[in-house]
Amino acid sequence: MRPYIRMLTPVLFLLMAVMLSGCGEQFIVLNPKGPIGESQKDLIYISTILCAVVIVPVLILTAVIVWRYRDKPGSKASYKPNWEHSTKLEITWWSIPIVIILILAVITVKYTYALEPSKPIESEKEAITIQVTSLDWKWLFNYPDEGIATVNYIKIPEDVPVKFQLTSDTAMNSFWVPQLGGQIYSMSGMAMTLFLQADEQGSYFGSGANFNGKDFAQMTFKVDATTEEDYNAWIDEVKATSPALTTEGFEKLTEPGSSGVQLFSSFPEGLFEKIVTQYVEGEGGGHHQGGASTEPASAPADESESTISTEHDAQNHTGH
Amino acid sequence: MAHAVSTSAGAHGGHDAGQGGGHHGDHHDQESLKMFGFWLFLITDVILFGTLFATFVVLRFNTAAGPTPAELIELQGIIISTFILLTSSFTSGIAVLEMNKGNKRGLILWLAITALLGASFVYLEVTEFMHLVHEGAAIGTSAYWSAFFTLVGTHGLHVSLGLVWMIALMLQLSRRGITPVTKRKVNIISLYWHFLDVVWIFVFTIVYLMGVM
Amino acid sequence: MLDKIKEFASEFFVTGDPLILGAQVSIGLSLVAIIFVLTFFKKWRWLWTEWLTSVDHKKIGIMYIIASILMLFRGGVDALLMRVQLAAPELEFLHAEHYNQIFTTHGVIMILFMAMPLMFGLFNIVVPLQIGARDVAFPFLNSLSFWMFFFGAMLFNVSFIIGGSPDAGWLAYPPLSELSGSPGLGQDFYIWGIQISGIGSLATGINFVVTILKMRAPGMKLMQMPMFVWSVLSSCVTIMFAFPILTVTLFLLFLDRYLGAHFFTLDGGGNPMMYINLIWMWGHPEVYIVILPAFGIFSEIVSTFSKKKLFGYKSMVFALMSISFFSFFTWAHHFFTMGSGANVNAFFALTTMLIAIPTGVKVFNWLFTMYRGRIKFTTPMMWTVAFIPCFVVGGMTGVLLSVAPADFQFHNSYFLIAHFHQVLIGGVVFGYFAGLYYWWPKMFGFRLHEGLGKWAFWFWNIGFYVCFMPQYALGLMGMTRRVNTYDFDMGWQPLNVISTVGAFLMGAAFIFQVWQIAHSIKFYKKEKDGDAWDGRTLEWSIPSPAPLYNFARLPQVTSQDDWWEEKQRIAAGEPAKPLAPLEPIHMPKNSGIPFIMSVCWFTAGFGFVWDWLWMAIPGLIGVAVCMLARSFSYDTDYYIPVDEIERTEAALRGTK
Repeated sequence: MRPYIRMLTPVLFLLMAVMLSGCGEQFIVLNPKGPIGESQKDLIYISTILCAVVIVPVLILTAVIVWRYRDKPGSKASYKPNWEHSTKLEITWWSIPIVIILILAVITVKYTYALEPSKPIESEKEAITIQVTSLDWKWLFNYPDEGIATVNYIKIPEDVPVKFQLTSDTAMNSFWVPQLGGQIYSMSGMAMTLFLQADEQGSYFGSGANFNGKDFAQMTFKVDATTEEDYNAWIDEVKATSPALTTEGFEKLTEPGSSGVQLFSSFPEGLFEKIVTQYVEGEGGGHHQGGASTEPASAPADESESTISTEHDAQNHTGH
Repeated sequence: MAHAVSTSAGAHGGHDAGQGGGHHGDHHDQESLKMFGFWLFLITDVILFGTLFATFVVLRFNTAAGPTPAELIELQGIIISTFILLTSSFTSGIAVLEMNKGNKRGLILWLAITALLGASFVYLEVTEFMHLVHEGAAIGTSAYWSAFFTLVGTHGLHVSLGLVWMIALMLQLSRRGITPVTKRKVNIISLYWHFLDVVWIFVFTIVYLMGVM
Repeated sequence: MLDKIKEFASEFFVTGDPLILGAQVSIGLSLVAIIFVLTFFKKWRWLWTEWLTSVDHKKIGIMYIIASILMLFRGGVDALLMRVQLAAPELEFLHAEHYNQIFTTHGVIMILFMAMPLMFGLFNIVVPLQIGARDVAFPFLNSLSFWMFFFGAMLFNVSFIIGGSPDAGWLAYPPLSELSGSPGLGQDFYIWGIQISGIGSLATGINFVVTILKMRAPGMKLMQMPMFVWSVLSSCVTIMFAFPILTVTLFLLFLDRYLGAHFFTLDGGGNPMMYINLIWMWGHPEVYIVILPAFGIFSEIVSTFSKKKLFGYKSMVFALMSISFFSFFTWAHHFFTMGSGANVNAFFALTTMLIAIPTGVKVFNWLFTMYRGRIKFTTPMMWTVAFIPCFVVGGMTGVLLSVAPADFQFHNSYFLIAHFHQVLIGGVVFGYFAGLYYWWPKMFGFRLHEGLGKWAFWFWNIGFYVCFMPQYALGLMGMTRRVNTYDFDMGWQPLNVISTVGAFLMGAAFIFQVWQIAHSIKFYKKEKDGDAWDGRTLEWSIPSPAPLYNFARLPQVTSQDDWWEEKQRIAAGEPAKPLAPLEPIHMPKNSGIPFIMSVCWFTAGFGFVWDWLWMAIPGLIGVAVCMLARSFSYDTDYYIPVDEIERTEAALRGTK
């Protein structure tokens, strides 16, 4: 048995070492470049250490017990075949996990509210908005304030909060840029909000994390964070040199298939809102939905989907 | 082993009667096991209906610009079918009382009345569904009507299955009379019938009353 | 005419893929071979009377296990194909659609058609023997459950060569799984295959709850039941509450696809998120359904091979029951990223963490069962000892995943994949293997070769760590699940190669197991004694394999670990329990109805998949006829006479 335990321990330690050092540029989850990703990394470390406090002794204890009480001729270890209960011991190991879980629970709840994805990031700078649509099988990004659109590519200024509004044209996907922060689903018929921010310039990997059909693996994209000047220059350049995204052009994008990077100098007005509300037929009973989901997103982070003015929320939200 | 099975089965067909008390005990155990098993089945059926009710409640406003329940549902007919089903629950109770008195004819008669009431309930439901489809509310019209037809229809399907079962049981009763086995079967179907009644009260309240209001 | 047939065949059969063509040919050949062997050796009748119509829980258990091992093979081949595809970036071994089908079928088969039947197989074989019963409460229903599972599984598997496999993931989230996202037949095979076998599982759940609560040997109190029986009870209660939800959910998806309903569609007011909630309300309890019995198995084995009473019996029972209860309140942790808001996420994060507490307590109790014991390293015990660290680490990563804001970074990544494979392989598979090795002598009356078993054990274990530890790292490198390929630039290749090597080590381990079984059959050595491991519970008090009626006399139970106590008393020279006189034994008769009825279900399901009402409706009518036929049959049981019991017992015990 011992070789087995021996083999396991280095593997575990290796894993721990990798996690704790965050070594290597490749471990992008542990190498965040924005405040959200940073807090999530801290949380990952805190919870790992808390768990390790119990796990490591248990693993050692397992090895010791298995070795000491193995059946061998002339074993000097004690043998008590009918010893089956000890209130003191059992209370001990009911309390150990309870205490650890209690601590972890407090931390988790605190972070859950702090890192609620729809909560704006505090910053002196005003957030820019990017409207994200997952299509089959590509990402469409609209910059409503700047009036440009891109496919499978995002450029953002550093140190500026970005408000991502997420929706989907068909099947659900998940918008994930690990170095900026965790993912949120993009679902049709509603717009979810996710605030992220890049603290450093750089080029970050992003992908669709939730399976949505054939070419799902092609739904990767790059997020480039640059200085504000570069960002503004890029906007101007796109406006000057790229073609416009027409309604027909959008229809073409919705056809199943993957795509490279595309840039558009403009997009049809209200495109994103139209995508969100495309499945709402008439007024329906949408008004009965009640107040909760029609309140603005700035209300306490209870309701994370932001409301688009044209949306009647006929697609109600059962996550609750 | 199968050989052993068949020979012993053949050889001991008559064993049953000869062995006296112990075996009757066996049978009694068997029947009470089945009764208990049926109670557990009802729990799973409660979950099944519970899930359907949940989907109905979630989708209750999603009529997607189509017809709404308040426009189409006519409560009068529903009140009549509710009354019929409640009565049938009562008559199935009388059937059990007759059985406990050992009155085979009374038992079959009251079961037949129950089945007849059940059949009229199903008939009324089918007419109602046809009326709704005619008015433009089919299962594919909107999420609301999908949930409506599925929930109400599942209950109706339960009642219909119960009818077939009840008829089969009446045939068995007329052939075999009241034995521990048929007695258990009657008890179970009456339990099932009462259960469907309770489910219907929820359907009536949540789907119909609240739909019209 | 010929053209029409050709056209039909090209729609009916999956064509155009050499891998599938190869499989089609080999499936065809093995079918012919099986038919030939059965005919040549005149075994059709034997197959029918001894197996297909059997209501004997031991035979049904064996059939479950054989089916599950076949499914393990199929699911394992799926896994190896996926690992080959991922071994190098931009590989074109499997194209995207094929890859998507394979991960979908891998998931469904491993959980529903491998883990579940293996579990039911062990329930069937062990539970009646451990509680001193002669069969389960409803033997006919038990046989029906098995055949429903079997034909459901066949319906699902047949999609591989006929009509096309499902490819929307193992839980088939809409709108992808709706007609708009998956117009093919694969999704319909998915719905009907799972639906039919799911009804069987539900019936098994009810059957075993009744069996355990009502059929225990005289004197056996609830708190004297073997821990495995407790775990089966908790698992079956969970089945009873969870599986109806699955039935409804799949039925609603069927209505959407078949009748154009709008439950989960995008248009018409449908709500795809409702499906995700519903499917996980079943799906989360489902993983506890399969893990709880594994906990029970470990409890039995750890006590037997430490030669010591199970530590903390009451704590263990309480832990099992509370896990089963809490499993219904954690489902939303599968979609923290849906944006349900902080309140919802915090609630489900906490309930999820709560489950870690009873699970942790169980680990301590197993450890302290070994403490001050005398541990014998037989193969069942080795699997148990390997389970503890593996499950502890897998459980820890589970707790990490339950931290909702951190889950935003883990979700849908290979970190998640590594986590659930670690708990499902390290917990469920290790557990069921341990159980299979432990009860094998009881099932078949001979032992498995220990040496080959140890080879298999090491290959499985090393293979497991080599395969899945790199996947945790890959998750942290941003690799998402279900990608069929990746860019060279990501730097994911080295770890993927290692992972693939690990998968093949586990494949080799499976071959060792097949070899082990073949070897042990070839060098068959009959067990002299029913008590293969110096066991503690009632199943070891009777000959191996158990006679048709299990117990000639129903045991009179006076304590927990009753057989062990009895042996201790005899060793101490105290008088054994007095033997009651033999009495005729009441047994259920075999019946062909369950088999025929399941064939009818299969026919109906197949008809609905193809939208062939001429096939579906007769199928459903067949089901109804079978039910009525059963209702009208009164001659369903018989008695084994005393002299026959005496003869059987003498023959069995005489070889002692």
